[in-house]
This record gives sequence, C-alpha cells and structure tokens, in this order.
Amino acid sequence: MSYELSHLRELEAEAIHIFREVAAEFERPALMFSGGKDSIVMLRLAQKAFHPCKLPFPVMHVDTGHNFPEVIEFRDRRIAEVGARLVIGSVQERIDAGSLKDEPGPNPSRNRLQTPVLLETIEENEFDALFGGARRDEEKARAKERVYSFRDDFGQWDPKNQRPELWSLYNGRIRRGEHIRVFPISNWTELDIWQYIQEEEVEIPAIYYAHQREVVERDGMLIAVGPFMSVTEGERPFTDMVRYRTIGCMTITGAVESDADTIEKVIAEVAGTRLTERGATRADDRVSEAAMEDRKKEGYF
Amino acid sequence: MAEILRFATAGSVDDGKSTLIGRLLYDTKTIFQDQMEAVERASEAMGSDGPNLALLTDGLRAEREQGITIDVAYRYFHTPKRKFIIADTPGHIQYTRNMVTGASTADLAIVLLDARNGVVEQSKRHAFLASLLRIPHLVLAVNKMDLVDYSEEQFNKVAGEFREFATRLDIADLTFIPVSALMGDNVVDRSEKMDWYDGPTLLTHLEQVHIASDRNMIDVRFPVQYVLRPQSEEYHDFRGYAGTVAGGVMKPGDDVMVLGSGFSSKIATIETLDGPVAEAYAPMAVTITLEDDIDISRGDMLCRPNNQPDVTQDIDAMVCWMTSESKLEPRMKLAIKHTTRAARVMVKDIQYRLDINSLHRDEESEVLEMNEIGRVVLRCTQPLFIDEYRRNRTTGSFILIDENTNNTVGAGMILGVAD
Repeated sequence: MSYELSHLRELEAEAIHIFREVAAEFERPALMFSGGKDSIVMLRLAQKAFHPCKLPFPVMHVDTGHNFPEVIEFRDRRIAEVGARLVIGSVQERIDAGSLKDEPGPNPSRNRLQTPVLLETIEENEFDALFGGARRDEEKARAKERVYSFRDDFGQWDPKNQRPELWSLYNGRIRRGEHIRVFPISNWTELDIWQYIQEEEVEIPAIYYAHQREVVERDGMLIAVGPFMSVTEGERPFTDMVRYRTIGCMTITGAVESDADTIEKVIAEVAGTRLTERGATRADDRVSEAAMEDRKKEGYF
Repeated sequence: MAEILRFATAGSVDDGKSTLIGRLLYDTKTIFQDQMEAVERASEAMGSDGPNLALLTDGLRAEREQGITIDVAYRYFHTPKRKFIIADTPGHIQYTRNMVTGASTADLAIVLLDARNGVVEQSKRHAFLASLLRIPHLVLAVNKMDLVDYSEEQFNKVAGEFREFATRLDIADLTFIPVSALMGDNVVDRSEKMDWYDGPTLLTHLEQVHIASDRNMIDVRFPVQYVLRPQSEEYHDFRGYAGTVAGGVMKPGDDVMVLGSGFSSKIATIETLDGPVAEAYAPMAVTITLEDDIDISRGDMLCRPNNQPDVTQDIDAMVCWMTSESKLEPRMKLAIKHTTRAARVMVKDIQYRLDINSLHRDEESEVLEMNEIGRVVLRCTQPLFIDEYRRNRTTGSFILIDENTNNTVGAGMILGVAD
C-alpha cells in the first residue's frame, strides 16, 4: 500500500478542508453558483465536505438576465437535486425598477452591473463569507489573491494589504459589515477541473460540448446570436460547430470552434490549447491590461 | 498517478529567479500565447529589449508600474509525471514575511546562486529560512553558468562554499544543479555545454524527488474540524467528526483517545461521500465515526492512546513577526490559531532574536520587529495539543492574530513545552 494521493485527490482534500473551516467559523456563508463548470465542481466539493448532511448554507447566483437559457435550466435542476436554497440577485429586476441602467449603445455588457447587485445581495442577506470558484491560473491578479480574500464594508479588495496565509491555518476574523470571499479551488487549473469532471462523472451544461450554433464574429470572437443581442450592420450570422470554454453573459462570452463533443475530446483540446480561457473567450477581461484587478478592487469576484 | 509537488523559489531581481521560472513555464509549454503576447506588448511599452519574462509573474498594476513584486504569487504547470505549484516569493521588500508564507506549504525550495559571485549573504538567508520552515528538500541552482564558461571548477567552488555553510543548518536533502536560466541549460533540456555534469536537469529532479515519505505516517493526529449530525431519517443516529488527517494512518477498529476529554473509543468507520474507506492518512479530508457516544467538538483531537501529542498551555516556539504596525513584546496579548483550536496567548518572554544573516542569537533583544525571528515563550488560555514542528508541520505550527486589527501578525513553529 502506497500512501500517496493523486493530484486531484489532494486538491479535493484541500478544498473540503476550506469548506469545513468556513462553515465552522462563520455565521452566514453562501456558495456562489452560476451553473458554470467551476461552480459545478464547487457544489460537488461542498457536498463531499458535509455528507451525509445537507449543505449548511444557501447557494447564491447573481443573474445578469443575459445568461444562456440552457445554463439557467441546469442551475435550477441541479440546486433542486442537491436540496439547497437558492438566493438570486437579479440585475434585470434592478434595471426594471430603475436603480440600475444598461450601458448605452447596442449589445451592452452587464458585467459591471453585477458588482452592485452582488454587494446588495450580500448586505440584504447579511452573508459574512462567500464561496467563489475563482482559480489562480485564470488571471494575473488572481495569482496573488489569498484563499480567504478579505473585503471591507464596500466589498473592496486591497491587493497591497492582504493577510499572510500560512500552512492550512486561515484567519477568518472580521468585523461586522465586512466579509470574506473564499476560493477553495484556488490551486486548481482549467485542466484539473476537466479531469475532475471526468473522474467524478459530474454533469455539466451541454453548451460546454461541441454543437451547431448560429454566431457572428465580433472583436475576433464568436458571439452567439440570441435573444439579448442584436446583429449590427456588417455582421453576417453563420452556423458553426462550437463549444464554450467559459460561461458568462451571452453577449460577451465567445464560443470556440471545436468538434470536442465528449469529455475525452475536451480534455485533449484543453491540454493542447495555447490560449488561456479568459483571453480566448471573454471580452470583459480584455478591456485593459489590469481589467480584472480594477474590477476586483470595486468588489467583483 | 500524478502527485503534486509544491515548491518555493527564493531570490531577488538580479539573480535570475524570474527568468528561471519563465524558462520552466516556457519550456514545459505552460505559457499561453495570449499571455506571451501580453508580456511582449508590456515589455515593448516599458522599452526593454525582448520579452521580459519577469512580467509573467508580476501581476498587479503597481508592480508593473514600479517594477517591483509585491507579494507571493502562485504559478502552476504540469508534466505527465507531476503537477507543480510554485510559490514565487520576491526578494527585496518584506522578504522574510513572504518567504515564510511561501515556504510554509512547500515540499522543496530552490535557492539561486550566481555562479560568478558564489554564496552571498542573501543565499545564506534563503537557505536558513528554508531549513527553519523544515522544507524537506533544498535545490541550489547555480545559475548564470554561461557567464563562467560553463566551468566545472567554478561550479565545484560555489557548491563547496555552500556545503560548508550548510553544515550549520539542518537540511535533510541538498542538491546542486549547474544551470543557465537565460540560455536554458539544464533547466528543462540537458545542457550540451556541460558534459562534466551527469546529474539530473532541474525539471527531472523536480519530477523525481521522493516526497511521499516526507509526510508523518507514524503519529496519528486528527484535529476535529466540524461535527456532522444529519438527524435525518436515513442517518438517524449518525454522528461524524469531520477533519483533515494531520499525521499517521487511521483504520476502522483502531483504538483512539480524544483530547482534551481523555475518553477512549474505537474508530467505527471512516466515511466519505463516495462510501467508507479502509484507511485515512495525511492530507485526506474524511469523516470519522466512533463506536461510543462521546461528547466531541471542534478543536478536540483524536490520537492513539499510546502516542499522544503534548497537552500544554506553555509553548516554546520560533516566531516570525509579520507586521510593521506593532512589535512583539513581553506581556502582549494575541489571538492564536493552532490546528482547529482558537484561543488567546500572552507573550511571557522573548528568549533571543535570531540574526538570520549570521545566525547569531541576540539575547539582549526585548522585542521582535517586522520580519524578525526569535525564540518566544507563550502562555495560552487553554491547553493546546502540540508536536514539535520538525516532527509535524500541522500540529507544530500556529498563527498569531492582532485582536484589534484582526491581521495575521505572527507565524510560529513549535519547539516544545516551555519549562
């Protein structure tokens, strides 16, 4: 008998430890769940941490109103199976009520509108710890973020003033009104996520696999033609074989040309790719060199 | 089966650390095209010749603007043999604090030496911190071999100097590798210019170094993290103790003792979502059920009746102070987190401050300031279940927290029970 854990089992154990630590030390945690692959893995890990109990916290989604319908359907089904309570922060509701405005022009991105809704939902529910599925390999600012990411009353992240984080000893002390974002899968890479999905046979939304879709080419990305986007002059919709590497708003998440219609083919594709998932498919992260850092300072995940 | 190797790299701007990491990532084809293009764009904007690989690890705006590295950055790459997690710690500011942080979880540390300059004060400091943090494996990468004509004699001279210094440290495994990070010699690909060297390349060493036996498989230690009581129909009387194994091998049927109550029982089952398992060892996260109903809560610890940690309120430890907002002083009161137990401590005594350059013990020192390390005696409000740090990095470590600011201000490595 060799006492060695595979890399996936070691990453899994680390994440379970973090979930339990937060549940033990915080009064009102919540798990962010978007229906994307990382949050699906997070939900699975949370179940592992508390089995045979149900999740000791609710699940929360900031819904921009521009999500893929397939993903929202998946979200509701999966949450029902787990038996968790779902808290939704709705960008659309705030726009309808007049407290938020879409950016001007055709095909506005609702990325920045998520932050105020996220912060309001945290306040309304008095959440003191929010689990997120961010990974350090995604982006340069994330590479320096702690597992317990401390946020002040305004939800802001201060990269220059982070608490040292040693061993597996996490400092969860906060004052009233402050909260922490917790990233149990900080040390996972995109490939680890896919390998785990394969090994655990976790179901994910079908749009992660290759399928026929009507798209237009915009800013070098393939954007789906759908209910929330208008085809602008000069754009020519065409049908292509595509899949998604990340899932965000329909209006800003690019599809990649792919014929990977099984998990094995997806893993082979991810292992061989030469572009990061955000660089390849997310307009929101390409705005400036420090786009993610700036949004995180405002309270974004 | 691929394992994880966590390693820390130590060094400053000039010794080629960023270039070495860049080389590892580049030659293992980890750097993505868009990352490389972003680095090329940024390098051009800063007016440097060719891509500056350091920009791959300097992530934040302030760092790029000021050309400094603020904090520990984590980087990932893999080969078919292993997954690697690099804790990349900067050299110049808050050096000790960052290296202690990065080293706390590392299996291995790479210390860079410049082949032209040999062992300088900074390399000694790096090696000392690696030994203090009990990193089991130390690699001395003798870099810039291209600038000394790939000379075997120069390599042996530098390695010899370091070996002599290392006799004063407690390092289990020491490996020397001649490399040129800039030219790529012996990093991922074997050098054609140093046929006198028949050891492994840096990457081969990282892939092969034996780490499975570094974990403590002897002393059973299970800090209880969370108590699971579903109170559902299906699991009516279920009472499980969730936690991460900190040492030893646990099996159903084993006798266990519960600290602090001192009650004994036997392990009934070891549960996971995927079903019961036959044994659990570090760092597995599992749920233990016992044969008897005993009152157990978070902060308690399961161990074997014939192999127990020390139970004490008086702790003798090496402490690294990590804040400039205050100094560690006698009679100071702080919060402590040790395994899953939270309590308060008072500083009884600072026995000495250690000069990390000369290893000289300054017994006159009354305080520890930011980035200083010293031997400290603490009195705790409740008993802790401790092991010597060199025997168990989990039950031998703690953090100190300022109760006013809630900041983590100290990192402790336990030497034992204070007299």
